[in-house]
Amino acid sequence: MDTKIYKRENRARRYAEGGITGILGACGILSVLILALVFIFLITNSIPFFQSVGLVNFFTGTQWDPFASEAMWGVLPLLTGTILVSFVGAIIAIPIGLGCTIYLSELADSKVKKILKPAIEILAGVPSVIYGLFAALVLSNWIMEIFDPSYRLNALNGAIILAIMMIPIQVSVSEEAMNAVPRNLREASYAMGATRWETIKSVIIPAALPGIIASIALAIGRAVGETMAVLMATGNASQFSFDILTSVRTMTAALAIDVPEAAIGSLQYQGLFAVGLLLFIITFVINLIADMVLSKYQETYK
Amino acid sequence: MKNISGDQISKIQVKDLNLWFDTKHVLKDVSIEIYEKEITAIIGPSGCGKSTFLRCLNRMNDLIPSTKIEGEILLDGKNILENDIDPVDLRKDVGMVFQKPNPFPKSIYENIVFAPKIHGIEEIKKDPKTGKEKIVRRKPTKEELDQIVEKCLKRAALWNEVKDRLNKSAYDLSGGQQQRLCIARTMSIEPEVILFDEPCSALDPIATAKIEDLLVDLRKDYTVVIVTHNMQQAARVADRTAFFYMGDLVEYGPTKRLFEKPEKELTEQYLTGRMG
Amino acid sequence: MMLSRKNKERMFFWLFRGCAAAVVAFLTIIIMFVIVNGAGTITWDFLTQNPMPNDTGALVSGGILSPIIGTLMLMGLVLAIAIPIGVFGAVFLVEYCGSYKWSRYMWMTVNNLAGVPSIVWALLGVGVFVYYLAFGLSLISAAITLSLMILPIVMVSTKEALEAIPSSIYDASIGLGATKWQTILHHILPYSASGIITGIILSLSRAGGETAPLLLTGVALNATIPLSIFDQFQALPYYIYMMTSASDRANAYPMAYGAALVLIILMMIMNLAAATLRSRYREKYKW
Repeated sequence: MDTKIYKRENRARRYAEGGITGILGACGILSVLILALVFIFLITNSIPFFQSVGLVNFFTGTQWDPFASEAMWGVLPLLTGTILVSFVGAIIAIPIGLGCTIYLSELADSKVKKILKPAIEILAGVPSVIYGLFAALVLSNWIMEIFDPSYRLNALNGAIILAIMMIPIQVSVSEEAMNAVPRNLREASYAMGATRWETIKSVIIPAALPGIIASIALAIGRAVGETMAVLMATGNASQFSFDILTSVRTMTAALAIDVPEAAIGSLQYQGLFAVGLLLFIITFVINLIADMVLSKYQETYK
Repeated sequence: MKNISGDQISKIQVKDLNLWFDTKHVLKDVSIEIYEKEITAIIGPSGCGKSTFLRCLNRMNDLIPSTKIEGEILLDGKNILENDIDPVDLRKDVGMVFQKPNPFPKSIYENIVFAPKIHGIEEIKKDPKTGKEKIVRRKPTKEELDQIVEKCLKRAALWNEVKDRLNKSAYDLSGGQQQRLCIARTMSIEPEVILFDEPCSALDPIATAKIEDLLVDLRKDYTVVIVTHNMQQAARVADRTAFFYMGDLVEYGPTKRLFEKPEKELTEQYLTGRMG
Repeated sequence: MMLSRKNKERMFFWLFRGCAAAVVAFLTIIIMFVIVNGAGTITWDFLTQNPMPNDTGALVSGGILSPIIGTLMLMGLVLAIAIPIGVFGAVFLVEYCGSYKWSRYMWMTVNNLAGVPSIVWALLGVGVFVYYLAFGLSLISAAITLSLMILPIVMVSTKEALEAIPSSIYDASIGLGATKWQTILHHILPYSASGIITGIILSLSRAGGETAPLLLTGVALNATIPLSIFDQFQALPYYIYMMTSASDRANAYPMAYGAALVLIILMMIMNLAAATLRSRYREKYKW
């Protein structure tokens, strides 16, 4: 009986296969390395700043003015600026987004969906500078007429435009979550005589709640990290205030305004990296929470 | 079930095969001999390791990480579990048809010519200088591919149904036709052994009957191993049947004998529906 | 006042309809404002001239040729840098490492990095490319920064496209004696191509509309069309930003609206292409 030889020719092919694996692997490793680089880079650049200015000064100072003759390094005004616009934005966005999601996933017929879904996708795809333009040139005038604030560009202006930017993210993620609720849960509820609204309220929303929470977290993460729209909408006066009608400077805006002015390696440069690190950590934590809630949720309904 | 000289020829010998997924012992000391140009059926309750066993025969389990395998599987006397065996070459000799029809989302024609195209056609050429013969691989020509398509589809009893629409998507075919296309596709690699992993579980009775007729017909040319959860199917088509339970090969013998006079109590319980 | 169950339901449903209508209204209002105010500005000269200074020296007349070219060049460079690395990297991580436990955590990280603010990527760009590698404030610094920013987005969308292909297709090809790479090349990639390309288009449009990273890495209002990748450059979104905050409002605002309309049209075309591709894909492969 002749034995089969399964090895003919396969050396060349094994080399080719190995080479391709190598190239793909290099791309894979490169992409991971690049991403690791961000975090390391931010840390190494801000360490000297924390050494000379100190964590306490940074986190408790109420004034941010790195270029003054007596520089002020308090991150609080920037932090409150960011929190003010994104949280007021979220308060506006969440109910509208939730209502829109419920309509989209439970009420709308396929014809309406065909219009609404692309509209939401386009809203998500509009460049932030366009939102900034709208806030600066149109929305600010409307706010002037209604509230008559002392600043034409103010936190409310930023919050409203951020809300409009947050809604598409919230809707697309939470709609997916509501669609993932199994049909038999709905049917069980209808079978017990519940109305559609009762089914939505007491079956679908509780079941999809993790997904809805994650969608809100993702939307807030986006708002916290948004630069252009707030830069153009809020007036950028760096002040420690919780007044929604005053001008504020967010962390992102501070980076966009101050980094081009800072000399490389200077204390200002390092201080701005510290702000960047803080921003990175905040958004990373928000996204991580959203991700963990979401992946746990997806496992439940697989 | 005898060859020309009247002997049964052993095609695959499995010796003391053990397999683990992580720490789960899926196959336990399985030893079995599969004979050439016979249909060997493997039956047993779900989760008994029958599909896993089948996938050992063409090393499809290599694709699942943290699989540990021990023992020997001799194909024509050569241990296919050895490290120097290239599973890719092995799979050209041991074809496989899967549980759910899985044609490629391409035309019927493209489905069949995929393997001949990537493997090329072997030709024996004489070196003009030394006079030595050697195997050369080259790209198949269009005519050769056409011939392969016709041959394979005819062999899988599908040619008459699809000959006018070879360039239509394979997804336009019915489930049974798709499965026969998958069988035709497997033939395009000219295997010696074809493994069937519950090939009819997604099909209706009529399509199933067609596949069964085809299986019996294939026995002339190929060694067939089929996993099935359908005992009647095993009884109808198989020359020999093996009964697996919880990773053990409980009983193996000629189908008629196994179904009529099972030697083990476990086998009898399964066959009479008192277990499983 | 007690509402009956039916009336309560009716009330809430109208509320939800209102929310959906509001969302559509936001989009319509924003786009309408840009169209109404910008359409008048768009002339042949506006599209084919570089920005020019007016009598006072402010760059508020002329056209937007150099911003358009700058944005297209940026997108071209991002296409060349981020797409191969992102797509091949994702193919590797999904097809060759997908079965390892660590790959799950890696993807979680990649997913998360897709949410890192663009201004943080800009900081990285300033530190590494502008200063450390001494590319200076330049087109290439900005392009690499944008590439890094969209890399996780490209990777995640590629991953989703690859994972949409059922494993039975993979088994079928391997079972026919194809190697892993042959399987990827002949089956996995072709079947997932439209999904991958959709992701690429959306990532590119994201890169093209981004402003913040450019501010720190080399965009300049007085730059013309760059002749080398180490030159400074103009970009549409940046031009819009500068015109919006210019002091000469009467002249600058129409320019801002005009440029915004051009940018929106560019983005719409890309989004439309992506949406068309996706729906065609869904029709072609119903697994």
